[in-house]
Amino acid sequence: MNLKFDGVTVDYHSEGEDSLRALDGLDLAVASGEAVSIIGPSGCGKSTLLRLAAGLMKPSSGVVTIDGSVVEGPRQGTALILQDFGLLPWKTVHDNAELGLKIRKIPVKERSERTHAALQTVGLAGFENRFPAELSGGMQQRLALARAIAMDVDLLLMDEPLSALDALLREELQDTLLDLWRQEGHTQILVTHSIEEAVYLGQRIVVMAPPPSRVVAVIDNPDAGSREYRLDNRFFERCKEVRRALDEGVCKAKEAQL
Amino acid sequence: MNRVLKEVLCYAFAVCFVLLAWELGSLALDTPAFPTPQDTIPVFCAYAESLVPDFMISLHRVGCSLVIGTLLGLPLGLFLGRSRRVDALFAPVLYILYPLPKIVILPILLVLLGLGGTPKIALITLTIFFQVVMVMRDAARSIPEETVTSVRSLGGSRLDVWRHVVIPSTLPELFTTLRVSVAIAIAVLFFSESIAGSTGLGYFIMNSWAMVNYPRMFAGIIALAILGVGIYLVFDVCERRLTRWRRAGRRD
Repeated sequence: MNLKFDGVTVDYHSEGEDSLRALDGLDLAVASGEAVSIIGPSGCGKSTLLRLAAGLMKPSSGVVTIDGSVVEGPRQGTALILQDFGLLPWKTVHDNAELGLKIRKIPVKERSERTHAALQTVGLAGFENRFPAELSGGMQQRLALARAIAMDVDLLLMDEPLSALDALLREELQDTLLDLWRQEGHTQILVTHSIEEAVYLGQRIVVMAPPPSRVVAVIDNPDAGSREYRLDNRFFERCKEVRRALDEGVCKAKEAQL
Repeated sequence: MNRVLKEVLCYAFAVCFVLLAWELGSLALDTPAFPTPQDTIPVFCAYAESLVPDFMISLHRVGCSLVIGTLLGLPLGLFLGRSRRVDALFAPVLYILYPLPKIVILPILLVLLGLGGTPKIALITLTIFFQVVMVMRDAARSIPEETVTSVRSLGGSRLDVWRHVVIPSTLPELFTTLRVSVAIAIAVLFFSESIAGSTGLGYFIMNSWAMVNYPRMFAGIIALAILGVGIYLVFDVCERRLTRWRRAGRRD
């Protein structure tokens, strides 16, 4: 599964206002099985990038391709996890986890087996009949993950999936994400505004600048992929490197405005 | 079982409260037009059997109207709430027609449909229809866009969005509007039955009033109250079954 952005530009039009350029000529290639982190200040087009990859919107110009074919709409092998988890409050834990399979019209027996296995993987077995409102924030996030795992996707897109959680829970779920990625071997794009999270979970870190949005740096991070990395000196060095790139991007954007 | 017992006790208390207020009101006013419960309840029991046909006729009228009004109003309201283009076209029509009391067209309905049950069902249906359309339109508009995105990103079609988001998320509002509608429906039922025809509880009540038989009139009022409470309770049970998720995670 290769994901490629080729000169992608997105303009948002709203009535009576100048159109807003969310992405400006973005080029980015993500290799099969790679984990990429995308970091940048608010409004730099990170979420737009994910929506494009998920097929929820089309670029104003340029193309997004997966394995060489243009992304025209939501695709079977892609899952998107949103900041607010995207759970449906009127469905039980089981029905939420099963939703993707149901929409894909997977036969009932296989559906329930895969749902059960996915809930087991994220540690939610035994909570099948609860509603999302009865779960803690961390459990809700695990449920959103279970829904994606059940679908057996090869491309997992995440839009600030852990930002609603407190710091300790965040680290715990970062470990869960890391384990899942190593187990399942899917391609992963994680949008975040936490530098540590980006460095811990991304083999490559794409740093974006505030509007007019573009990529300011792509930082290779080959040491990512183990739990010990967090305590490694190279981890802190990489965090500094990302911070410098971010600051630089902000400064340049300010200069451009003046 | 404990919960059921608690519920029964609550209703018993409510009945006692209403009876007491009635008793006090009747003693205070001291007029034959407002008899006490002791005078009325034996009469209600005596008339109970003869009330049954009128009760069934009224129940049939309100029941049919609720079903037809909801079946027409629910999809239209949700559709308007979900489609900006259609809404822009039809919303002004609704805004003009909604505040207009539907009761005023009863004379026209009587001319067109006669004195039987049909004009009454048509009138109540119309009232409920507008109520349901307006509330469901607002309900469909306030669906959080993230839940729609979530289903779409799973590869869900438009139909899937309706099935998994639009319908389940607006069910609580449907029950709220239905419960409000029951009260309005019964008021319109009473009005239309007392104006035209010679059947139904509305006619029974006004006929007793004309005969200056106040206990008989009150027997009719009690029957009408039972009708309203009965339908209300049915909705309550349905709501609890279908919107269990709303009480989830809430601590009493």
